[in-house]
Amino acid sequence: MKRSELLSRILVVVAVVGAVGTPLFVWSRTPLIHARMAENGGWSPDVIQAEAGKPLQLKLTSDDVMHGFAVGQMDMDAVDVEPGKVTDVTITFDKPGIYTFYCTRWCGLNHWRMRGTIEVNGSPLDPAPVSPPLYVSLNLDIDAPHDALFIPDGKPSAVNGQSLAMSNSISLSREDYFTRSPYQVFDELKGTSLTEEQRWDAVAYLWQSNTTPESLAEGKQLYAQNCAACHGENGAGNGVFADDLAAVGEASMQTMTGAGNMTMQTPIDFTDPKQMLGASPALLQGKILRGGMGTGMPMWGSIFSEEQIWDLIAYLYSFQFEFMK
Amino acid sequence: MAKIELTRIPFIKNALKSRYPQLAVFIVMLVGYIFAILAGLIGTPVGSHNFSIVFVWIAWWAVLILVAVPFFGRGWCSVCPIPLPGEWLQRGAILSPPDKKPKWLNLRVPKMFRNIWLQNISFLLLALFSSVLLTTPNITGIVLAAMLFAAIGLSTIFERRAFCRYLCPVGGFIGLYSQTAPIELRIKDKQVCVSCDGKPCYNGSSAGYGCPWDVFPGGLSKNTYCGLCMECIRTCPHDNIAVNLRSFSADLAKPSTRMDEAFKAFIMLGSAMIYAGVLLGPWGVFKDAAYNVGTSAWFAYAVIFLAIIFGILPGLFTLGILKGKSSLPLKQRFASLATALIPLGLMFWVAFSLSFVLTNASYIIAALSDPLGLGWNLFGTANAVWQPMLTSILAPAQTLALVGGLIWSARTAQKAANEVRVSSVPTIVYGFILTLIMFWLLL
Repeated sequence: MKRSELLSRILVVVAVVGAVGTPLFVWSRTPLIHARMAENGGWSPDVIQAEAGKPLQLKLTSDDVMHGFAVGQMDMDAVDVEPGKVTDVTITFDKPGIYTFYCTRWCGLNHWRMRGTIEVNGSPLDPAPVSPPLYVSLNLDIDAPHDALFIPDGKPSAVNGQSLAMSNSISLSREDYFTRSPYQVFDELKGTSLTEEQRWDAVAYLWQSNTTPESLAEGKQLYAQNCAACHGENGAGNGVFADDLAAVGEASMQTMTGAGNMTMQTPIDFTDPKQMLGASPALLQGKILRGGMGTGMPMWGSIFSEEQIWDLIAYLYSFQFEFMK
Repeated sequence: MAKIELTRIPFIKNALKSRYPQLAVFIVMLVGYIFAILAGLIGTPVGSHNFSIVFVWIAWWAVLILVAVPFFGRGWCSVCPIPLPGEWLQRGAILSPPDKKPKWLNLRVPKMFRNIWLQNISFLLLALFSSVLLTTPNITGIVLAAMLFAAIGLSTIFERRAFCRYLCPVGGFIGLYSQTAPIELRIKDKQVCVSCDGKPCYNGSSAGYGCPWDVFPGGLSKNTYCGLCMECIRTCPHDNIAVNLRSFSADLAKPSTRMDEAFKAFIMLGSAMIYAGVLLGPWGVFKDAAYNVGTSAWFAYAVIFLAIIFGILPGLFTLGILKGKSSLPLKQRFASLATALIPLGLMFWVAFSLSFVLTNASYIIAALSDPLGLGWNLFGTANAVWQPMLTSILAPAQTLALVGGLIWSARTAQKAANEVRVSSVPTIVYGFILTLIMFWLLL
């Protein structure tokens, strides 16, 4: 064989091996976390291992549409995960445990199913004792009907209620706020000289007095990011996915692995006074923490902190009450 | 325009005669091709950020249809990497012929396949799946790999470049449109070829291989089947092969009489129009149908696609030329007059391609830095924002292409009509109507 032929062959082989080997090598050493719409598989991988106290570096990419990434109960800003691009995220977990990461963009009908877990190992191995949530302590049946038996004609005003509550020495302790529904408090005020409309105004004030502007602002933001897609920006249960959720119903859910018997329902209307005024904060906490169990309402217990849930609940009541600005 | 013999220039002649410059280009192309396959298979599934989609269907296509084919004819075929591994295996060498040839089957391609019908079919197959192919990296990767392996397989069974000549989905239309290019490879003196012993340009010699494209250069009268591989320049013992610069569409003066080529013209013309409507038009229902392969809507799309190409377009064309008085059979008139559709089709493709190439060219900049979507930023352009380019010249350029194509087609129609002694008017009117439709679809 001529030397030139031999050199050419070597050159070709080296070039081909390089063309095949280099991208394969780099690709195999670049572990990406792929985000796909839930219908196409969600996060992959959806279980990530980490060590407490050690920075966890993640490279996220979307294989279809714009997604977002955040870890539940962590003080972190959500990051966008753009199609075909790589987003670098570094997280350090203080405590071991199982954390939930989730999509923060309304990527599709089953957006809320885009979740995965980060298993954080390390010391202390024994988790700190956790007290049960309030709705559990109260032994509330959060699936039982809880309608208000009497509802106001209009939206009760906290401004009007403030002077009425002051003049009649009406107040509501923090504990009573958590455990009573607005209707219950309204009902308990029937011994006063206030008219029904005034009693509702007073309830509105009592509910506002148990929150803060900061809490309402935080709740509003959480609602806009996580709830409005289904429940609607104005709380009327008419979010951008609402019609599709109602229409797709069971057929959609049957295509999802492991969700055979779940059915979709129209998202709850927070502007409906019958349901909302009959619900205590503790009951709403249960629904948010646990989810709707078969209704399509996801569980948020692994994502929202307790404080965030109370903020969100405070904001939900603003769909019923005219709070002071 | 008189021909200018480029191979008179020593630099060009030496560069073409030597195997090394071509080998250097081959290696770069092969590496790029293999990388495109891998990028399709392991890179991001997001087409707009994957090398395989961006560099094959935007960058390569732009170079091919806007530059290579119109100006260099089969220039792409001369550097195409697809047949290389198969050809090297077949020859048992990368450079000059070896002393001992490998024992492959070396069969002659059966006569019934020695036309471009298989290329017509392979192009249509890709065309029907194009919405998915053009947007899905792993499908592109699989198709690119399949073509590479098909070329290797055919090289071990048949003689010469059977894949390029008879199966390549791209080679068919490049050959058709290469007739319009201002470049050609031809012999200098026919008498030299007639008296040449052994015809090494076709049969090979120690200096080089017999024509890989199964063409006897002495009989070359048009570009269609000459792959510009330059092998005959190396093997001709009489220095009788020249690469010439010539006027555009010189080959079209003598119209084709082959039905496979005539239908190729309709396939290309119809595909450009259908793509303009489906891929660039505002009709979401057509886009969905084209994309959802396997659904009833896609089957309807496929039927309509094929009906337009094999029924409506050639049917109307036939009706137009039916009444002309000529002693020639209709089939021959049909094939000859269809020659006029070659420049028209090429310009339709140029106009169509300008739209999506200028719209999507900015993806090339980002994909250059991060070809696999792994988060690289090789040249600092990974985060380049998508932005349509040269939008102000798009409509004028498309108008120029379409009007120019119509005039070019009309001139070709007149020449073809003179050859078969019929009126050129129906063909020109046909081209005019199609151009109007294309205007409506694009502008």
